[in-house]
Amino acid sequence: MSTATTHDTHHAEHQSGLLRWVFTTNHKDIGTLYLLFSLLMFFVGGAMAMVIRAELFQPGMQVVDPMFFNQMTTMHALIMIFGAVMPAFVGLANWLIPMMIGAPDMALPRMNNWSFWILPFAFAMLLSTLLMAGGAPAGGWTMYPPLVLQTGDAFPFLIFSVHLMGISSIMGAINVVVTIVNMRAPGMTLMKMPLFVWTWLITAYLLIAVMPVLAGAVTMLLTDKFFDTSFFNAAGGGDPVMFQHIFWFFGHPEVYILILPAFGIVSQIIPTFARKPLFGYSSMVYATASIAFLSFIVWAHHMFTVGMPLTGELFFMYATMLIAVPTGVKVFNWVSTMWRGSMTFETPMLFALGFVVMFTIGGFSGLMLAIAPVDFQYHDTYFVVAHFHYVLVTGAIFAIMAAAYYWLPKWTGHMYNETLGKWHFWLSTLFVNVLFFPQHFLGLAGMPRRIPDYSVQFAEFNMISSLGGFAYGLTQLLFVYIVFQTIRGGAKATDQVWEGAKGLEWTLPSPPPYHSFETAPQIK
Amino acid sequence: MSATHGGYYVPHGSHWPILGSIGLTTLLVGFASLLNGASGATMLMGIGVLITLVMLFGWFGTVINESLKGMYNDQVDRSFRWGMSWFIFSEVMFFAAFFGALFYARIYSVPWLAGEDVSTNQHLWPNFDADSAAWPTNGPAALGGEFSVLDPWKIPALNTLLLLSSGVTITLAHWALKKGNRGALVGWMVATVALGLTFLGFQVYEYIEAYGEHHNLTLGSGIYGSTFFMLTGFHGFHVTLGAIMLAVITIRCAKGHFSHDNHFAFEAVAWYWHFVDVVWLGLFIFVYLV
Ligand code: HEM
Ligand SMILES: [Cu+2]
Repeated sequence: MSTATTHDTHHAEHQSGLLRWVFTTNHKDIGTLYLLFSLLMFFVGGAMAMVIRAELFQPGMQVVDPMFFNQMTTMHALIMIFGAVMPAFVGLANWLIPMMIGAPDMALPRMNNWSFWILPFAFAMLLSTLLMAGGAPAGGWTMYPPLVLQTGDAFPFLIFSVHLMGISSIMGAINVVVTIVNMRAPGMTLMKMPLFVWTWLITAYLLIAVMPVLAGAVTMLLTDKFFDTSFFNAAGGGDPVMFQHIFWFFGHPEVYILILPAFGIVSQIIPTFARKPLFGYSSMVYATASIAFLSFIVWAHHMFTVGMPLTGELFFMYATMLIAVPTGVKVFNWVSTMWRGSMTFETPMLFALGFVVMFTIGGFSGLMLAIAPVDFQYHDTYFVVAHFHYVLVTGAIFAIMAAAYYWLPKWTGHMYNETLGKWHFWLSTLFVNVLFFPQHFLGLAGMPRRIPDYSVQFAEFNMISSLGGFAYGLTQLLFVYIVFQTIRGGAKATDQVWEGAKGLEWTLPSPPPYHSFETAPQIK
Repeated sequence: MSATHGGYYVPHGSHWPILGSIGLTTLLVGFASLLNGASGATMLMGIGVLITLVMLFGWFGTVINESLKGMYNDQVDRSFRWGMSWFIFSEVMFFAAFFGALFYARIYSVPWLAGEDVSTNQHLWPNFDADSAAWPTNGPAALGGEFSVLDPWKIPALNTLLLLSSGVTITLAHWALKKGNRGALVGWMVATVALGLTFLGFQVYEYIEAYGEHHNLTLGSGIYGSTFFMLTGFHGFHVTLGAIMLAVITIRCAKGHFSHDNHFAFEAVAWYWHFVDVVWLGLFIFVYLV
């Protein structure tokens, strides 16, 4: 592989001060913006989670009124999904994809700026609803009618902020696809692409396919409320359940949008610290593609209890279980990569390992939920909450943390504080399990989700869970400290950073030049 | 400010996107406030539209200038092509949601409401039977009152012809462009725009007719009115956008912006126009005919 020519004159060219960040078309600047925005939203959404856990600390109504509690659950989910996890992945894509495929930048740099700069506006709009008459949306992030139609003044703001987020995601996804298909350096064939690039390519297709469907669904909500239509109104021949079908046609691919890039990250990190090439590269690619395909035909596993015809229940049950096969292939490959590797356990590896173990727990609880007759019992209980927090927090978020530690030295040119990083990992892992594991038991015992009060037999587990929650939340402040400490200074990072790291991004200096590859490298 | 990197044009900073965000947000906050009945909302919306238009003119203007200066190599051209294709795909999926709603209502929810396979109907709408549930329907509560549908073989069939012909004329324009025959190119483009505008005129006429006393078909006419107007309405909106884009391209054709081997903008708009055309065929079949 050839090394890139650095081109320092450009540093003089870009604007300085705040406006640089507003007008920038540079993939690294935009990546940084996305990541910092995501971090901010992680704490805004996290603060809401703290309110939820504070209320659930004890039975009875203690801290907030029920209406506000519902606003918190709704806003927490919307912010974490659309504001924290998705932008974090897009930020990583921005930083890494051009560097990994040997491109000078993203393919459509102006649009790249727009994809990011829509987000602060969309979330300002969404958050402003907290101050409106009737409060913020409180009908759940799934926005089921007829309940969501009772939202106060916040309602149209909710719909339009979802539209804006959708526009941002679609533009971001188109940019990723175009960059990957059109900007690869000579010799970077599809089957030589790093897995992070592959998983993002497939994620981007999912985004382009389902974000417009979500836009359609919320548009129908809007017209049902304000323009007399009856899409979800049985009196006019519509059906509220129809909303659920359309929503989950978006929603299930969406949960894979939230996890496929995480698969990619973990597939980059484990080989580095096992000092072995990834086991079963091509099967990883095919598994990702099959997961993406299957994700389109399983949506109604979220709706087992709405009264579907039996054939529907069966079809969606078996199709859902089928996803466990390619997912199993992935977990198998990660484990096989480590088999007889010479492993070391730096912080990124710890988070990646935590991911493999705990994401798998979430996968198994998913399988339990996929059993339709059993789901009649678990549906809308804390068991579901435990399931999706294992896949999303110890899955997606852990992978994002792993990525941050793994590439931070590349991005900033400084090593982070390894001791603090390890503390962050171990405290997070301990507390996240204290937080979410008991929720399995609560759910199995019948505690419903999205309810601010509960009967006394659930008290102990809820208290444990809340304590874990507060501690997990506090621990994340450590992460912020580590990140900003690393940005400000620290031991100089080498170009390769990690002894076992392979791939084009590690051939660039740390930090890399403003435009990654001015001349395309040759890949052999 | 601009620089070329290994031949691939990477612009250096742009103020259009942020202006776009401000414009869109103003527009949507205005619209939301209007829906909530706040005063001054229309004004806000207007300002939003204005800012968005300025952004569109400015952004596309910049791109056109760069293109004319020859700053885009083949690779950039390919990026635009891929980008446009996937944008159109996202639009297809947007329409898919509404077609999905139409099919779901016709195949499942309406028959179920009328008691097919499930018994809830006996408790909720005992008078809503298979006959009254026959499509087109405005549901068990007959929302919006009695209505009648439009004859597909009048305006809709004519509109189908118009749009299909416009697909032909734009192809003829493309051929003329490839041959370098500017006169014919502009002629066919004008014809395409004219066909598009005529389509829109008829569509407006049809809406007026639908809302009239005779048909009494409105957005509020239950699930039929909802799906009918939302599908044809969003389609009409896309035709409007397409016609505006066609008009801009026609002017650019007349100015000689395109050469036989360099005319991505023309093709992008042509793709878009064909997409609008195909959606219409789906509408004509599933909304009007069956
Ligand atoms: C082996 C793979 C998986 C299976 C079989 C599975 C299965 C399920 C099922 C059946 C439900 C519905 C439970 C109910 O509401 O009664 C569910 C809910 C959920 N799953 Fe999964 N899942 C899997 C992986 C994932 C992944 C990877 C994510 C995200 C990263 C995810 C996120 C969610 C979320 C967010 C919900 C709850 C949505 C809501 O109602 O608010 N799942 N899962
Ligand atoms: Cu699902």
